[in-house]
Amino acid sequence: MAHLKTEQGSHDPGMHAERLAGRTQEVFFSPVEEANLVYPGSFEVDFNERAEFDAAELDIRAINLKIRELMSQGRGTIVVRNPLAKHSLGVGILNRLNLYFEGSLGYFGVGLIDGPNVRISGRVGWSCAENMMAGTVVVEKNAGSCFGAALRGGDLVCRGDVGARTGINMKGGSIIVGGRTGVFSGFMMQRGRMVVLGDAGKNLGDSMYDGTIYVGGEIASLGVDAVPGELTDLDVAWLERKLEQYGLEAPNGVGNLHKIVAGKQLWNYDNLEPAEKKMVL
Amino acid sequence: MSDHKDVDRFLTEDGIDSDREQEIGQHIGYRYDINLLPEMSRITPFLKKYIEVMGWDDLNWLEDVHMGYEEGRPAVFDRNINGWVTVPEDMTLPGNQQDRDMIARELLIRFQMSPNHPLVALKDAYKKF
Repeated sequence: MAHLKTEQGSHDPGMHAERLAGRTQEVFFSPVEEANLVYPGSFEVDFNERAEFDAAELDIRAINLKIRELMSQGRGTIVVRNPLAKHSLGVGILNRLNLYFEGSLGYFGVGLIDGPNVRISGRVGWSCAENMMAGTVVVEKNAGSCFGAALRGGDLVCRGDVGARTGINMKGGSIIVGGRTGVFSGFMMQRGRMVVLGDAGKNLGDSMYDGTIYVGGEIASLGVDAVPGELTDLDVAWLERKLEQYGLEAPNGVGNLHKIVAGKQLWNYDNLEPAEKKMVL
Repeated sequence: MSDHKDVDRFLTEDGIDSDREQEIGQHIGYRYDINLLPEMSRITPFLKKYIEVMGWDDLNWLEDVHMGYEEGRPAVFDRNINGWVTVPEDMTLPGNQQDRDMIARELLIRFQMSPNHPLVALKDAYKKF
């Protein structure tokens, strides 16, 4: 009877009742046979095939379409001159690619990318590399707030200073800041790693659920449930390798970085009694 | 993730330890250490080739990929389908998490780059350009 009622209920507004059933991926996927290294349908590009264009007179959509057109022609290295701090440039690239911006980007630059290696010679506005999935992004100068917001994977590097809420809600990947970072960096961090070689503003790692933050300078204050951790040999090896990769150095050596982790008192927040919540907060 | 060192813990146990876990009848938290940093010396030839093709110097986004344990079976989480891909049953697992993680990374790449990945069909159906 319950089934009939459900079916009737969905037929009335013009829908059909669909029985949802999963199927195992093993039925049609063999890990031994598959050996592709790029996404099916992605553009075949050659890093040695270089192209460049001037973006000064183009609008945002035209610039992004131009990048896509060049990728479809097999160009694996693309240089964009004069981006003039326009917003949302280089977004949604799901391809292997070397992409160079000669100048600065506005807000939401190179967001949602999955794979490319991006170099930006100037500065970037808010939310650079927001929701980035994979690849590398290196910013030579300073970055605005929400740098790497909701980052999911890949390496995001700023050689200069960054604004507030760096790596807010990050779910993976690595953010490396050569200079200072603003307040509420690592806010609600859930996974991944953040390295700040300079000072960190107030409420660092506030409400972080997991992940790791390393700081080389002074920390103005820790946020709720962010606690000091102990550097391990794996931490040191990883930090040395990553910093060398991007030509950066810890001010007092990698071994003297402060490590911040989640205290994990907020993991079961809903289950805490009011008095316990007060204690944690 | 607690500090248990037994790599097979979630294959042999249910992970229900604390009072709260016993109260709700399930494990709280991940079934693997999501903060475990990779040892690059353990990289597989396939992964080495993959990062070379992508133009990266290390594992990049795969640093966050680990072998997990879902319903008592080793598996790797695929963020693109928001689901677990189980490790073939006939595969012998190494005795340490670092090597298991490398296997999980390789399996995930082989799955995501496969023309049989579910996203390929979705892309064909819904892509705008």
